[in-house]
Amino acid sequence: MRTVTIVGASLAGLHAARELRAQGFDGRLVIVGEEPHHPYDRPPLSKDFLTGRADESRLALTDADETAGLDAEWLLGVRARGLDTRGRTVVLDDGRTVSTDGVVIATGAAARRLPGDSPAGIHTLRTLDDARALRADLSRGPRRVVVIGGGFIGAETASSCARLGHEVTVVEAAPLPLVPQLGAPMAAVCAALHRRGGVELVTGTGVAGLRGTTAVTGVDLTDGRALPADLVIVGIGAVPNTAWLAGSTLALHDGVLCDDGCVTALPQVVAVGDVARVGGARTEHWTSATEQPRVAVTNLLAGHTRTTARPLPYFWSDQYDSRIQFAGRYREGDTVQVTEGEITDDGAPGESGFLARYERDGRTVAVLGVDRPRAFMRARRELQRAEGERGERAAAPAAL
Amino acid sequence: MIPVCRLEDLPAGESVRIATTPPIAVFRTEDGELYAIDDTCTHQDASLSEGWLEGCLVECPLHAASFDLRTGEPTCLPARRPVRTHRVTVEDGVVHVHLGAEEGTAA
Repeated sequence: MRTVTIVGASLAGLHAARELRAQGFDGRLVIVGEEPHHPYDRPPLSKDFLTGRADESRLALTDADETAGLDAEWLLGVRARGLDTRGRTVVLDDGRTVSTDGVVIATGAAARRLPGDSPAGIHTLRTLDDARALRADLSRGPRRVVVIGGGFIGAETASSCARLGHEVTVVEAAPLPLVPQLGAPMAAVCAALHRRGGVELVTGTGVAGLRGTTAVTGVDLTDGRALPADLVIVGIGAVPNTAWLAGSTLALHDGVLCDDGCVTALPQVVAVGDVARVGGARTEHWTSATEQPRVAVTNLLAGHTRTTARPLPYFWSDQYDSRIQFAGRYREGDTVQVTEGEITDDGAPGESGFLARYERDGRTVAVLGVDRPRAFMRARRELQRAEGERGERAAAPAAL
Repeated sequence: MIPVCRLEDLPAGESVRIATTPPIAVFRTEDGELYAIDDTCTHQDASLSEGWLEGCLVECPLHAASFDLRTGEPTCLPARRPVRTHRVTVEDGVVHVHLGAEEGTAA
């Protein structure tokens, strides 16, 4: 393999580049990035970057030394438009083509938007440019902010806006945010954080439309209410960036379909990060984006799926001065109980946080920690070990 | 020189955080060695005193960056910059941290 092209100068794309070099690939390495920026870290965008506690230099994922060591050709500020049916040519938006022997797809996901035109004052928060624009708007004095969507991005952004002194309302269509991720009891605990942080949470109602022609002035809800707003932040999820792959032979369905080793139907094409649907699941987690590239690159260089990985899902969220950490796989019907720390009478975490364990058929399948990092870390490791052992047992018959 | 705690109050495999500016984490490894490093992970805001101690390495509780307690150097991503190390002594059964060690030098 003489040339490998990584499409997506993202966290996952950068980790793929690191892995390629670490695993001995010494050929031509091309990295294509739609944004003009070198790879940067997204988690701080809704938190310290938005509140001004961290500047852009804190977001950089690489430095000059590493960039030189990677010895890659960076094609930044240009989007990929197509991949030929054999995965041997990447076509760029400006008409250039890159002939390649291997491809790593790391194009991530884009913020889902509301349908229709957007007047001024409507934001999404996904990219550095999104965050810059929102930060600029938030710095223009106190604003009435409506956040649409009570997921992690919505909650973190609402928390940051409240910290900056804005008046914030979060609108969530479901009766309670984060139920699919955490289950109702623990989702209720997170909902209580909004209250504690001075943010109003409006649930069980959708958005009927936005008011304002040149600039937004309010949000109409489906229950008939209207919320005045100077700024609206839309946090309603993300859509994997696969449109550029139409016309390739790759199977696309809410992501690029790959086996458990991140390999597509073309052995010279692998996918990692938010855009990859690995073994039937797509995970928009920072940790997956850093873990998948090792396996994907091994398989890409081998020319077939030699190794697979099903890491234990892990994500965290910082909101209202609380750190939420979750590991494992929650399913509806799992029972959950607090095993350390406590939840206070107002339904929010106690001062020293808590650890909760999710159980199914008598075994722990997931753990949630709120401001309890040490206990959480221990529990996460136990879970990882148990999962590894079960994986080995399951794999044993095949190995015989 | 900052007194931290009595040696017997810091069992092997445990750590303690002292609220200096910036805060410092003091570790006693399973082998009984004492080390002190800046407590805040250089990758993102997390307390290393709450991390996972294994030999002379501590793993950050947030993103699994790992640091060598002897040198302060990160041993794996996502951290890229070292934490400062500080010299530790025990006097009359009390653990003390000596501030001012240079960045990246061994305690």
